[in-house]
Amino acid sequence: MALKATWELKAEILLPGGPIGGECLALTAPISFWGGVDPRSGLIIDARHPERGRDIAGTILALPGTIGSSSASAVLLELVHAGRAPAALLMDAPDAILLLGLVVAREMGWPTPPAYRLPATEQKQLAGKRLSISAEGVIRAE
Amino acid sequence: MLDLTAEERAAAAGESGEGAAMAMRIVAESARLMGAPRLIPVASAHIDGALYHGDSGTLFAEKLVEGGARVAVRASLNVGSLAPAGCAAIRLPPHERDMARRMMRAYEAMGCEPSWTCAPYQAGHRPALGTDVAWGESNAVVFCNSVLGARTNRYGDFLDIACAIAGRAPDYGLHRPENRLATLLIDLSGLSPGLRRSDVFYPVLGTILGRAAGGAVAVIEGLQGCTTEDRLKALGAAAASAGGVGLFHVAGVTPEAPDAATALGGAPPRERITLTASDVEAALARLSTAGETERVDAVAVGSPHLSLAEIDEVEQRMAGRRLKIPLYANTGRHVVGPLEAQGRRRALEEAGIVFVVDTCIVVTPILPELEGAVLMTNSGKFAHYAPGNTGYAVTYGSLGECVESAVAGRLVREPRAWR
Repeated sequence: MALKATWELKAEILLPGGPIGGECLALTAPISFWGGVDPRSGLIIDARHPERGRDIAGTILALPGTIGSSSASAVLLELVHAGRAPAALLMDAPDAILLLGLVVAREMGWPTPPAYRLPATEQKQLAGKRLSISAEGVIRAE
Repeated sequence: MLDLTAEERAAAAGESGEGAAMAMRIVAESARLMGAPRLIPVASAHIDGALYHGDSGTLFAEKLVEGGARVAVRASLNVGSLAPAGCAAIRLPPHERDMARRMMRAYEAMGCEPSWTCAPYQAGHRPALGTDVAWGESNAVVFCNSVLGARTNRYGDFLDIACAIAGRAPDYGLHRPENRLATLLIDLSGLSPGLRRSDVFYPVLGTILGRAAGGAVAVIEGLQGCTTEDRLKALGAAAASAGGVGLFHVAGVTPEAPDAATALGGAPPRERITLTASDVEAALARLSTAGETERVDAVAVGSPHLSLAEIDEVEQRMAGRRLKIPLYANTGRHVVGPLEAQGRRRALEEAGIVFVVDTCIVVTPILPELEGAVLMTNSGKFAHYAPGNTGYAVTYGSLGECVESAVAGRLVREPRAWR
């Protein structure tokens, strides 16, 4: 997963999907989706979170960690259903509670964002950049 | 690599109907994501999934019902978004109300018990020590693991009902004995006995534990003779909302920790934290977001849902006085049933208590919309979630301070002698 001279990272596929592009929103603190993200708008609403007020919809959302309630998957499924989900998730560690929202979205037959594993230390350098991610998990700056 | 039995593969392929197949595929896909080698049978489930977050969850539950799914094991239900047994008015718009009702009906139609509480362990659902179960709702999970010694991971919505239908869960995490050993030791021996025996300390300790442990397992030394079941409930709920805590041990108190050395598996702790009174005071201050103000618009207690013993204490502290501002008492049918039978519910309501039953104030719109409003609470979990979910700023305090503030109509603080 080392950064190549051509600005390319290879991330492990957690849940596969087609190629996508978007701006990387790299969170600087762990987040609980339930109570932390508004399921209708995609805005971060946790009063104590450093990225409060940012919109996760359509972003490549880099998560250094996930915390809190076991309802996180429901919030993510609702974001998918409402068309306000991130374009892709980059996770330091696979969180079964959160990713389940995507597994269920797929069972429901709804278009489902892919999820990849990328260490928090490597997420930082992607913050604010426009990225593309291939179906194989190759991340490039556009 | 995940290895499914022939029976599990047949279920996933639809041999027992499409609802059961969907459930088995969801359990298996989660197992794959976690790197679990197999599925294991579970004895019961607690279902967090019937809380309305939007139409998607209702559509999921109805798809399972249409597919003929039924739970294979005992399955209690966590809070919903409506309060058929409560008296608080819920300000859900008609569409949301209809979808929330459809969702609750769908879960009941699959054979789940209409317990509608986040404290199922105080409503008669107490799995035995060492039993594998599939529980959702982070406070219920941490209580089930820590206080009961049953074994569960933090199952989220969808996976909880999927496990209940499949009767299986992924074999990973806290189901495995080696992952239940503590690696972090929190030493409280430097704190005064008065502090360690005060209710207000436990949500604060839980917040510290959640921040320090993250997903690691901690053993707490120095609470022998200080805890009650309700204090452990408050500790776990705060720990699970401040961090990813699924299990903690209390040396000499919880079933897998006859002493700290046993909880640590005989190994030295990887990390040791010795708490001081200053650490506790700083963490207590961080639970409030309202700042220096005497304003209190509402008081809320009962996250997790109040036990009968906690209602008794509220009643004793009120001592027959009327409240100037509403005190929202969040609890379950297992508590208001006996209260009604004893004729106490009406008297408490007339004095100004608003019972929120089957649900709670941070999961569905109950608190009136007010500009700059302040909620007072003794719950670490309410303190954590109320600002984002209700728009109210929070002032954290003891139960005594909550009741006195509700009587006075403004913030009342008690003197604290913690050092």
